[in-house]
Amino acid sequence: MKPKVLIIIPAFNEEETIVSVIEGLKNECHGYDILVVNDASTDATSALAHSTQLATVVDLPVNLGIGGAVQTGLRYANRHGYDCAVQFDADGQHRAVDVPLLVNLVLSGECDVAIGSRFVGDSKMYGTDILRRIGIRVFEFISILLIRKRIRDHTSGFRAFNKEAINFIMREYPVDYPEPEIVVLLARNKFLIKEVFTQMYSRQGGVSSIPVYKGPYYMLKVMISMVMACIRPREI
Amino acid sequence: MDKIQIISIVASLIIFFVVINLIRHRKLKTEYSLIWLTVSVTFIVFSFWRNGIDKLAQLFGIAYAPSVLFIILLIGIILLLIEFSIIISKQAERIKVMVQELALLKQELEEKIEKNGQEKSKSITITEKQKEKS
Repeated sequence: MKPKVLIIIPAFNEEETIVSVIEGLKNECHGYDILVVNDASTDATSALAHSTQLATVVDLPVNLGIGGAVQTGLRYANRHGYDCAVQFDADGQHRAVDVPLLVNLVLSGECDVAIGSRFVGDSKMYGTDILRRIGIRVFEFISILLIRKRIRDHTSGFRAFNKEAINFIMREYPVDYPEPEIVVLLARNKFLIKEVFTQMYSRQGGVSSIPVYKGPYYMLKVMISMVMACIRPREI
Repeated sequence: MDKIQIISIVASLIIFFVVINLIRHRKLKTEYSLIWLTVSVTFIVFSFWRNGIDKLAQLFGIAYAPSVLFIILLIGIILLLIEFSIIISKQAERIKVMVQELALLKQELEEKIEKNGQEKSKSITITEKQKEKS
């Protein structure tokens, strides 16, 4: 039987890019289902996603944040028996051609979670300013300390999960700025994580969820949550 | 009996009965009321038993006895706040799950309605064709 793959696109006010993202995915990834989780957008995101007829759209009645949206997608994946779920940004910074790369890594059993990383294999850093680079370096350092594993791109929102990982983080997903925390949680619970080099575009529309002035606050919050994730009791 | 003792006895009794009344009318869940009851009973005990404060002060080595009251009060308030944080976190988690389930159910329902609608319109066109034939 062919494995079922779901691409989860969490979207909050992404009307400029959502249609092209969905169409790009449909062209590059045959046989994958697309799920748009509309996180209570105030613009036409949901209607536009519906109008493509290519994606299933789930509308959250209140805004839950990126983590809550992705978790909704994971619940959907679990409920409908998907073998692999891919998290894909709605702002067009990921390339649809890279999706099968991550999916195959997970489906072949090479790892439980694949992360599309800006920094692996190619030393250039794409689409990031100096402050973000420093932040990402700090996360890298913390992850080496906490889980003895070098993850280069903690903030990447481009990930593929296998069935077991879906099942696990479906219950655990933190809401606010979840990406780095999830890596620690998964590693602590013995999930195998692999990074793959994927090229990223600088965003084509919308604004970053982390404006520069919020940087230090974000860093602090994420660092604390990473440490907390590490001292929590193991689930598996 | 001093004025201040009478006032404190009356005040702590009022607090106690307010708490009891809230529980009776189910405005305060029993599980959350435990800490309130403890606080109000402590107040009552110390307003009757005046020496108690002095004794406690001696026990802790506090020179100024009334500050024992503040410590008890502070500890009580901190405990209450921690309990509130726990309750809020629990509720936030529950609300999140409900929102997600609601959204998923809504999507499922819409899908079913859409399918049903298509089937109905199909069957209608079929019956129309049959009518045309006859």
